[in-house]
Amino acid sequence: MALSESAPPTSLGLDREALTSMYRHMLLGRLLDERVIVLNRQGRAPFAISGQGHEAAQVGVGHALRAGQDWVVPYYRDLTLSLVLGMTPRDHLLAALGRAADPSSGARQMPGHFSSRAHRIVTTGSSVATQVLHAVGIALAVRSRGEDLVVLTTCGEGGTSEGDFHEALNWAGIHRLPVIFLVENNHYAISVPQARQMAVERVAERAPGYGMPGMTVDGGDVLAVHRAMAEAVARARAGEGPTLLEAQCVRLQSHSSDDDQRRYRDPADLLDLRQHDPLDRFRAELESARVLDQAGAEAIREACREEIDLAQAEAEAAPPPDPATAFDHVYGEER
Amino acid sequence: MAELTLVETVRTTLAEEMRRDDRVIVLGEDVGVKGGVFGATQGLHQEFGDDRVIDSPLAESGIVGVAIGAAMAGLRPVAEIQFVDFIPPAIDQLLSEAAKIRYRSNNDWSCPLVVRAPCGGGVHVHGALYHSQSLEAIFAHVPGLKVVMPSTPADAKGLLLAAMRDPDPVCYFEHKALYRAFKGEVPEGDEVVPIGRGRIARPGRDATCITYGATVHEAVAAALRLAPDGIEVEVVDLRTIRPLDRALIVESARRTGKVLVAHEANLVGGVGAEVAAIVAEECFDALDGPVMRIGGPEIPAIPFAESLAAVYCLGPDRIEAALRRLVAY
Repeated sequence: MALSESAPPTSLGLDREALTSMYRHMLLGRLLDERVIVLNRQGRAPFAISGQGHEAAQVGVGHALRAGQDWVVPYYRDLTLSLVLGMTPRDHLLAALGRAADPSSGARQMPGHFSSRAHRIVTTGSSVATQVLHAVGIALAVRSRGEDLVVLTTCGEGGTSEGDFHEALNWAGIHRLPVIFLVENNHYAISVPQARQMAVERVAERAPGYGMPGMTVDGGDVLAVHRAMAEAVARARAGEGPTLLEAQCVRLQSHSSDDDQRRYRDPADLLDLRQHDPLDRFRAELESARVLDQAGAEAIREACREEIDLAQAEAEAAPPPDPATAFDHVYGEER
Repeated sequence: MAELTLVETVRTTLAEEMRRDDRVIVLGEDVGVKGGVFGATQGLHQEFGDDRVIDSPLAESGIVGVAIGAAMAGLRPVAEIQFVDFIPPAIDQLLSEAAKIRYRSNNDWSCPLVVRAPCGGGVHVHGALYHSQSLEAIFAHVPGLKVVMPSTPADAKGLLLAAMRDPDPVCYFEHKALYRAFKGEVPEGDEVVPIGRGRIARPGRDATCITYGATVHEAVAAALRLAPDGIEVEVVDLRTIRPLDRALIVESARRTGKVLVAHEANLVGGVGAEVAAIVAEECFDALDGPVMRIGGPEIPAIPFAESLAAVYCLGPDRIEAALRRLVAY
């Protein structure tokens, strides 16, 4: 089917270029995520943690930010978000294989701890939700300098049970700081379902307790997430304070390569998840809006695969860290 | 040269540095309008305003976590924890986050942060179990952190300046009993006391008492009682708990051949154990007696009643007795 260049892109609210870029980011994230799992199963990558099922939520929020200027304090499922912000498959494969050139940590952290000062992606640890407070402190600094920037921080719905999550939202609410708190709610914290994590149905219901607006969106609908995020970002930039944004996602893979969700989730539910794959959904939307056809989608897939193949080859050829560097950067140089 | 108490020195040093460097902010419970429960931040809010002197919600992890974020984004936060006894909720932020930010990002990020906290007790401090602890050993265990504990107003200034200008997180613990106990000369201007350098508080030749914080004054008082008997005890004030001044410890220990380590914090697993290990490993051939330690007993913290508090606290009497045992060995 030939694409009609005159097809009105406005039927999806964004122009053709933006929509295609969103789809490409979602697909690149998915294929890279799958590749790391394959490398793990082959015994070449010691650990994999997946964001499959979260791609629409991450691309939706990422495309509403000024990449490289706005600050992002992520969590371990944000592979696709990091790609939107400018990190590359090569960056992540270097991390997955524990290579010295891993830009996130020089192979000091497990993969999944995305960090790059150049992209304003802030280093995070593995303690859950500690980073949410850092976003508030960054927002404080941003505002004290009078900068026109916002801070996005993310965590899962399990992270909302941590005290730091509460302390962060409380502080941001009091000072009306320019922060967007994105909760990527995939309804499972490793094996614990949402009903054992909180007494409310929607994380966003908690927002009024912090004096901020709360929004729950379908995290499988990239355009709905994008609209909600754009609204939250506009509010933050206008000095109108923080937003609690909940994107309801599906977790297509187990928590990590050391987990097997078949042991605690109903097989019918796991099968049903596949019906809610955000990539299938967005592709169908793009096709019916005549933004993309089968050949176009295949071309994007092929380009993504080539990029990942090349990145893998480069990462495999890269050296591991020199043991002599283990003592570097415990402390900085005196200024 | 001004004559100031230790708490006045903290206040004036914060103000001086805030005038010099507009990236420095102060945050914590009651640090704003009230000026801190001990007055360590009095006047700062009036001079520097809401944006730089922030009364935080009552949440210690929040105070340190927000300060960490601000530090990563280019500010120079000085966070106050009202009493070190209430720092445990912030330990995750300090140990898991602040201490590891530079290392885990391979030097891409850093966390120039100061966490100030009053610590310590005494027979007359009546702080009881939750307003009198000395928890420095917990933080001294962790690579990535630095820990300082001044014993004089001059060092309070020099170490606070060093901490605020340090590229990494520094825990700055102030013993409450020293806040208004005496005035000391405080140099004008930029007199930085380098982190990691101790000092000899009192020179001597017969034994060395290695200590820090308020206990320095008790050790000097004990040493003065031995002097009439012809026993000259050297008192080493570590000033920095992490990193320890190994050179000074070793030099003094080798010179006197006898070492007592004294601190108010609980003895078991304390800073004294690390100092004793350094002396045992590096000065064995020069020692003329076993390395001795004296410190807080196996009681969780200092109890309220003076009669009970006295059981916990060292005081010059116990240090004197320990020194006499050591010298007689």
